[in-house]
Amino acid sequence: MIAALLVALLVMALGAVILGATLGYAAVKFRVEGDPLVEKIDSILPQTQCGQCGFPGCKGYAEAVARGEAEINCCPPGGEEGIRKLADLLGREFKPFSDGFNIEKPKSTAIIDEQTCIGCTLCIQACPVDAIVGAAKQMHTIIAGQCTGCELCLPPCPVNCIAMVPITENVVTWKWKYPAFSIGKAA
Amino acid sequence: MSLRKLFNFHGGVKPAYNKEASIQLPIAAAPLPPELVIPLHQSIGGTPRPLVSAGEHVRKGQLIGAPDGYVSSAVHASTSGTVKAVELRLMPHTSGLSAFCVVIEPDGKDEWGDLAPVPWRSMNSDEVRGALRDAGVVGLGGAVFPSYLKANAGKQGHLNTLVINGAECEPYITCDDMQMREQGEIVVRGAAILRDLTKARQVLIGIENNKPEAIAAMQAAIKATGETNIEAVTIPTRYPAGGAKQLIRVLTGIEVPHGTRSTDYGVQCFNTGTAYAIYEALELGRPLISRIVTVAGNVETARNYEVRFGTPMRDVIALSKAKPDTDRIIMGGPMMGYRMPSDSVPVVKATNCILVGSPALFPPPPPEMPCIRCGECARACPTDLQPFEMYWFSRARLFEKAEAYHLADCIECGCCAFVCPARIPLVDYFRFAKSEVWARETEKDAADQARQRYEFRLEREERDKQEKAARLAAKAAETKAKLAQAGSGDAALIAAAAARTQEAEGKSNAE
Ligand code: SF4
Ligand code: SF4
Ligand code: SF4
Ligand code: SF4
Repeated sequence: MIAALLVALLVMALGAVILGATLGYAAVKFRVEGDPLVEKIDSILPQTQCGQCGFPGCKGYAEAVARGEAEINCCPPGGEEGIRKLADLLGREFKPFSDGFNIEKPKSTAIIDEQTCIGCTLCIQACPVDAIVGAAKQMHTIIAGQCTGCELCLPPCPVNCIAMVPITENVVTWKWKYPAFSIGKAA
Repeated sequence: MSLRKLFNFHGGVKPAYNKEASIQLPIAAAPLPPELVIPLHQSIGGTPRPLVSAGEHVRKGQLIGAPDGYVSSAVHASTSGTVKAVELRLMPHTSGLSAFCVVIEPDGKDEWGDLAPVPWRSMNSDEVRGALRDAGVVGLGGAVFPSYLKANAGKQGHLNTLVINGAECEPYITCDDMQMREQGEIVVRGAAILRDLTKARQVLIGIENNKPEAIAAMQAAIKATGETNIEAVTIPTRYPAGGAKQLIRVLTGIEVPHGTRSTDYGVQCFNTGTAYAIYEALELGRPLISRIVTVAGNVETARNYEVRFGTPMRDVIALSKAKPDTDRIIMGGPMMGYRMPSDSVPVVKATNCILVGSPALFPPPPPEMPCIRCGECARACPTDLQPFEMYWFSRARLFEKAEAYHLADCIECGCCAFVCPARIPLVDYFRFAKSEVWARETEKDAADQARQRYEFRLEREERDKQEKAARLAAKAAETKAKLAQAGSGDAALIAAAAARTQEAEGKSNAE
């Protein structure tokens, strides 16, 4: 009777040890790269990489928010919709932009005045997404499709030849308006 | 006539067809206008690059816009003359926005460039597709999807059924009807080319039973050409029988589920006008430079015209004489058409119909009332959607939820709005929601790209830093080794080396 009980206990204990070891091994072997919460927050952020939040890039801000060290209303390019999404994800209360932070700007891209550019390469060093091409003493150009509109290349330029130009709608990017203000049905 | 078993599609409506007016007279050639404005962007996909500049002389059929990217189609001069400008002009688009167009002043000679038939029978499928792309052939039923992307045999190596769409279910429009009557043989020959390109086992030309002349003409054309495995099939008249998935359902019984393509089921669908254009492109080497356009509605004499692309709509409407109370121009039909910003916009590949409207013909809709969830819209929807749910979420801007109800599968046919007792402009909400969803997807793609580029840059900076550190360490080690070699002998030498080392270190710190 007691022997049977002991055997049962031993089997269970052994099972527990083996399972525990496997789990422990699996945890090490199959560890998820990075913190999933940080990734989730980062996927909401607009990736402008502008640093207005006070962190060097969106990832840095995402980490700070995940650690609870930053508020959710610090990313102007994300707009109120971004705050709302972060609030939803984190189960926190929606918080409007504090004063001076909510300057909603039209989405823009930078353009270099190629006549004025002296080819100093300072803007290349500033661009967080490598959207500027050019070499020393040569004219520089911004690849419009890759510019996030972060404005980080503006201050370093010694001759002030970079300007932000709002992106205009074209036939492909044009959006149908909300029906209350619509042009009405075709017929 | 046909004993073929037909099937029903879900839903659909029976609007007033109003097709009689424009089938009284044969197709007429629209005259050369004083100026042709040919948009570079005329099909789904990219915007072709302009190949000509102001002052250049072009011949009819000359390539003026080269396709850019995978989904794109070439654009050609539709007459001979001088390029006046390549500039922004008002587009035939509801937005009222402009885009780049090649403006040509005709020289009146209407002279073709050199044309050579394409030896498509001895070419491989990629070469044929290239030829169709360079000839600018796109779907002429209204969707303007580049045809070369569809004209292949698919993964199985052959199609079971090739469907040629002559249903033409939309009210007022009769361009396919008239083309089948007058140019049926060429449509059949084009269908035969498509049959051979797609290795289709059978070709079914679906035509609604309200076009008996077109059906008879196509049957005669099939006999006259002697083509095999091609059949003209009469189908019941019900809107939107001319939707690709609906016509496939009616003819083959295959229900193409949400989010899949008909090719997965061995079926592909082309419009009759597209079949005609494919014959012209391959057998005659003629690129697509004109199409048949129905002018109907509030005009004295509704009629079909063969119109060169780039002809201002007002010049075509003038041939039919718009009545004085005209207040709008619609491209397409009353169910799926788009309101034009002006009558000066050009006829393009998508222009199957110019519908002239007036307040009497299309009275303003009664005010919208709240949805009573009666379900009429869901019963009428030919794609088996639940419009009232999609409406609710689109209205509340909850786009993800609207998507969960298969918003992307809505073909904007207008059946739901047609039957809605609350007169809700449902399609307007769906178009709004769709363009918001699409914009978000584009933004998301851009953000993902930016994230990758940013991370790549961080990595590169990190790597550069490490490489520099390694370089410095190597240098320091070298110097030390030299020092050791110099031995204990010359004290002055040692002092000099030490000074150099210090100098190097100082420099590296500064860096
Ligand atoms: S403020 Fe700029 S850097 Fe910071 S999260 Fe927003 S977009 Fe990214
Ligand atoms: S910072 Fe200004 S001057 Fe220097 S390369 Fe960039 S655009 Fe040219
Ligand atoms: S038909 Fe109109 S009222 Fe009826 S459920 Fe659909 S949207 Fe609502
Ligand atoms: S417009 Fe869309 S939702 Fe309405 S009936 Fe047509 S496919 Fe269905």
